[in-house]
Amino acid sequence: MSDVLLKVEGLRKNFGALKVTDNVDLAVEAGEIHALIGPNGAGKTTLIHQLSGNLKSDFGKIFFDGRDISPLSMQNRVHLGLARSFQITSILDGFSVLENVAMAVQARSGSSFRFFRNASREDDINAQASAALARVQLADRAHRRAGSLSHGEKRQLEIAIALATGARLLLLDEPLAGTGHEESAVLVDLMRSLRGSHTLVLIEHDMDAVFSLADHVSVLVYGRVIASGEPAAVRAHPDVRAAYLGEEEIA
Amino acid sequence: MSEAATPSLGPVSSSVIDAPHVRPPLLAQSAPWLIFGLFAAVPLLALATGDSFILVVATRMLIFALAALSLNLIMGYGALVSFGHAAYIGIGAYAVGILSSYGINDLLLQIAAALAASGLFALVTGYLSLRTSGVYFIMITLAFGQMAFFFMVSLSAFGGDDGISLSGRSTLFGADLLRSNLVLFYGVLGVLAAAFLLMRMLVASRFGRVLRGTRDNPTRMRAIGFSPFSFQLTAYVIAGMIAALAGVLLANQVQFVSPAYMTWARSGELIVMVVLGGMGTLLGPIIGATVFILLEDVLAHFSEHWKLGLGLILVLVVLGSRDGMSGLARRLRGGSDV
Ligand SMILES: Nc1ncnc2c1ncn2[C@@H]1O[C@H](COP(=O)(O)OP(=O)(O)OP(=O)(O)O)[C@@H](O)[C@H]1O
Ligand SMILES: [Mg+2]
Repeated sequence: MSDVLLKVEGLRKNFGALKVTDNVDLAVEAGEIHALIGPNGAGKTTLIHQLSGNLKSDFGKIFFDGRDISPLSMQNRVHLGLARSFQITSILDGFSVLENVAMAVQARSGSSFRFFRNASREDDINAQASAALARVQLADRAHRRAGSLSHGEKRQLEIAIALATGARLLLLDEPLAGTGHEESAVLVDLMRSLRGSHTLVLIEHDMDAVFSLADHVSVLVYGRVIASGEPAAVRAHPDVRAAYLGEEEIA
Repeated sequence: MSEAATPSLGPVSSSVIDAPHVRPPLLAQSAPWLIFGLFAAVPLLALATGDSFILVVATRMLIFALAALSLNLIMGYGALVSFGHAAYIGIGAYAVGILSSYGINDLLLQIAAALAASGLFALVTGYLSLRTSGVYFIMITLAFGQMAFFFMVSLSAFGGDDGISLSGRSTLFGADLLRSNLVLFYGVLGVLAAAFLLMRMLVASRFGRVLRGTRDNPTRMRAIGFSPFSFQLTAYVIAGMIAALAGVLLANQVQFVSPAYMTWARSGELIVMVVLGGMGTLLGPIIGATVFILLEDVLAHFSEHWKLGLGLILVLVVLGSRDGMSGLARRLRGGSDV
């Protein structure tokens, strides 16, 4: 399993004088769970923005499945199989939970320039959307207004939407942030079950989750990757321990 | 995760939406029938009171309802506030005026010309306008609207500022059917009903769902793989063409065409109609246009300063309900969306 699915070379992003992404190299192998950790403000979300195409990079290249995707828009990267979730929940509050997911299925189910048939009655799309909801255990909320979900449920919905895009590579930005115990257990189980069928880049502050899930850990500090490797090796890395002042946090 | 772990938030009845087997409340279902039924009965009122002007006003209401309906597609369902929408009414009206000055009076030919010209104008200006958003979009559509206005003003071959007086109404297969105000009224009512059904279908379709999703959260839509631009442009073109159809009908009713139809003030009035009735609701623009024309007529009787009264009513409606008058009505009866 040494196929590199996502390769990042010399990626940079400055906000004014601030080097938020500073010459980042990264290799994510197909089927692995690659955790990206680092203190607040390290530039993790910015890196996800760049990888997903939401933010243009100043320098550097991104290869997905051997193909240079640097010039592609976010929507075109999704079509190739690279999807993301948002750290700050980004859902369609006014739509039903099911429709939020169905929309992602619709995006990859033929043309959306169809003007006649009622989209919310397309059984095939709804069935796939329901399946994604079931995987995050939100099936019983399908017909609720998405905006009326609890915070944790909205985080689950984020993941269901990303799953429903059919992407092979999921960039998950703090999927567990703000979830309750049981919700986070559901999501951790889900991510574990995705290993092999999907490739995950996982940003997470919950170190228990990170070290129970990750095959590979990269540590980002001030926009630089200061360590990258097997979880045990990274955990023991002196620079990493220094970066996380409260050493017990990562221990 | 168990049911107990996630307490349900909010009242279930209002948060459960679009469950496939839950039909909307009876009142919401019957509202279109009620409104179109009332309009269909207007000629009876005109007959009973002997006041034929009622029919003229009602026809005007329906024509502007059609224009407002079209604006609502982009404004209410796409969050694209166009401040140049009256230009399309003008294009439709001039299609009638210019063709009839060349002796082409056939309604279907005029409609075809109006749709082609407005579609092209919308395609080009929409393509440029949709590169901007928010206030810039409002400004650029305003600018294109004014350009169309000044173009017609300077076109002295077709009356320039003074416009064109038509010698009669359009003909259908050579027959002078529309000469009767009654036939025109029911014709316009039929067109509005068809446009209403078309809009209802569009909004619920795949296309409409992408448009609505983009209105609410464009980043989310891009993150699942949609490119909003082509959907927005398509909606912009459809809206422009339907407004041009309203222009064709207006020219026929008034038998006069002038650049005054295209001013930015007219575009503003269309926005007011949509907001008044309820943005992003199917019946809202029809209600809004009806009330607007009614106020224009009734309040104008009492005072020249009728727009002050309109302003007051608009403030009350907007403060009272973000969904305009149809939202107010919904709230009053505690039902769901129409
Ligand atoms: N659009 C922007 N303009 C200017 N500065 C920005 C912008 N976005 C992020 N930053 C800055 O870039 C740095 C990295 O932010 P980023 O959100 O990527 O960090 P992060 O690692 O995701 O942090 P957290 O763990 O808190 O989510 C921060 O100092 C932030 O203030
Ligand atoms: Mg972040």
